Amino acid sequence: MNEKERIVIEPPSGFAHLGLREVYRYRDLLMLLALRDISARFRQSIVGYGWAILRPLVTVMIYTLVFSLFVRIETEQPYVIFAFAGLIPWLYFSQAITSVTGSIVGGGAMLSKVYFPRLVLPLAKVAVGLIEVVLQLAVLAGVMAWYQYTPGWSLAALPLFLAIAMVTALGFGIWLTALNVKYRDVGMALPFLVQIWMYLCPIIYPISLVRDKHPSFYQYYTLNPMVSVIEGFRWSLLGGDAPDWMAVIRASVVISVILITGLVYFRRVERTFADII
Amino acid sequence: MTSAIKVEGLSKRYTLGLTHSGSIRELVNSAAGRLLRRTPDRDAESKKSFWALSDLNFDVKQGDTVGVIGRNGAGKSTLLKILSRITSPTVGRAELVGRVASLLEVGTGFHPELTGRENLYLNGTILGMTRQEVNRQFDAIVDFAGVEKFIDTPVKRYSSGMKVRLGFAVAAHLEPEILIVDEVLAVGDVDFQRKCFGKMDDVARSGRTILFVSHNMAAVNQLCRTGIVLDHGTTQGSQPIADAIDLYMKKAPGAQRDGYFSVQPASEKDAISEIQVSQEGNDLGTVRHDRDIDARFRLQLAENRSTLKLSVAVCDRLQQKIFTASIDISDQEAAGELEVTLRIRGRFLMPGRYSFIAGLLDSRSNLLDWHRFVCSFEIENVGDELIAGNQDYGLVFGEHQWLTTTKH
Repeated sequence: MNEKERIVIEPPSGFAHLGLREVYRYRDLLMLLALRDISARFRQSIVGYGWAILRPLVTVMIYTLVFSLFVRIETEQPYVIFAFAGLIPWLYFSQAITSVTGSIVGGGAMLSKVYFPRLVLPLAKVAVGLIEVVLQLAVLAGVMAWYQYTPGWSLAALPLFLAIAMVTALGFGIWLTALNVKYRDVGMALPFLVQIWMYLCPIIYPISLVRDKHPSFYQYYTLNPMVSVIEGFRWSLLGGDAPDWMAVIRASVVISVILITGLVYFRRVERTFADII
Repeated sequence: MTSAIKVEGLSKRYTLGLTHSGSIRELVNSAAGRLLRRTPDRDAESKKSFWALSDLNFDVKQGDTVGVIGRNGAGKSTLLKILSRITSPTVGRAELVGRVASLLEVGTGFHPELTGRENLYLNGTILGMTRQEVNRQFDAIVDFAGVEKFIDTPVKRYSSGMKVRLGFAVAAHLEPEILIVDEVLAVGDVDFQRKCFGKMDDVARSGRTILFVSHNMAAVNQLCRTGIVLDHGTTQGSQPIADAIDLYMKKAPGAQRDGYFSVQPASEKDAISEIQVSQEGNDLGTVRHDRDIDARFRLQLAENRSTLKLSVAVCDRLQQKIFTASIDISDQEAAGELEVTLRIRGRFLMPGRYSFIAGLLDSRSNLLDWHRFVCSFEIENVGDELIAGNQDYGLVFGEHQWLTTTKH
């Protein structure tokens, strides 16, 4: 009988370990939650997963119209694939950070009725958008073929940049989702924040505009991990200038700090979620 | 026997008011307060909080079935939430030995767009099973819930009964060492309820521990061996179920003024001044259905009274008269106060809510004083073969006989 698990329930103390082992024990739940979101996402819609492709395609067309025809931004590659390659990680990121932030409040009914490691909820959300990334990459491959672009060996680095995007969404998202339980203002501010964030990323304009014309601003600009992610995506897919590896390292440090402090904060407050949600 | 659940000094404080739903403004306010070195107002703080549970101590042995009973707001749900780790206690500790599954709501996490099959897996893993465990139990669960035909239909097309059945079926097959069940069985039809109780009985028999919360004394009495009575967040610990139910009944009048009625009549007037319901000498607001129920009427009688009769009708919750009784008090000598008690035989009125119409009549049947639908009280089902289900069994346990003849 000794091997029976023993659960001790006590008031939360200041120190809390990260409890990642328990999250691992609930990995099946994590997977099923992600699958649930994936398969429920486009149910009862005619276009279904076509939406995953339609949205970026239309966005890219509008961007091309505005920034290539009206405004004339000079880019290394044809503007269509330039914008598309930058838009894929951004769409993933903005969707992921939004759903991670909403995960705890959205899971309210579950939180107040059953115990499971709360971290499972935000973690499951991070994975949901990946399937759309894959679909969009396939479409991009088609567009690239049209322009006779083929990715080189740098394509191998794509998973690295995708991983940074995931960790960025998770790191910021964990902070925001925990704060959102108590301060719903977070949920209100997020769409606005995401919009501003987008303009601070080299999606519709090339990074050279910042680097060459505003070098003093550039080092702060690259603290934003999504700058490295978007540049990395473009380089992996389209070749051209290698990304600024120093910036990638700096961004990784930034995001590590945010993720770890986020995890600690989350663990500290998660026991109060059910009371205040 | 070792204990499965051990609770020591467990307390939980909730903050009242809007302090929960904090916003940035409140954060700024409190930060500003701290900056200005204003010490927080302790008095105001204690006024804004209340103890949902205070200093609970009890022990549950392994393999025991324990009923947690108490009025609304006594702290039952809070206790369950702490034991299922949904919320944490403010003070004290609890220790649970073995795998815990809590069923505070059936079908938690059901996603309407997903099929029954997908939801079954999801629900199982939420409750702590691995996918392999769900695989192993899949057929048994579907069979128990009786939803074979609809297993690949989205849950949003299910009837609410089907959802409940599927939800309970998943939880019932968890095979935990400790099963915590809230009043979820109130939903669903009688057949299914019976099936659930059967399943819980099996679970109990196989040596697992069950903590069962219910308002349904009949169910508690049938299923549990031990009871824990919660009253305003406190408890006297676990005790045999019969004692627990008795204690629960006795707690009632203090909590709400059921079973009691009083008025201050004008002097020099014949009047009914007080009515009190009691059982076995205890004044109660809630009584057991299986024992005699007394209703004591205190009458104020004037010197030269004209009153001849006290007439009482017992009414059900729909304010329909069940029966009427009257007593001739004309030969009672006493002027001043008189007490008369109406004894209603045990196991005569069906469990439910009742009240009285009481009146004083003179020789010409004129009403001198009367009260309608007063002194409402509750008759509680403490377990009875006839009324085990949750149906309408009529108003009374009618006196009857069965005659059987065998025909060759």
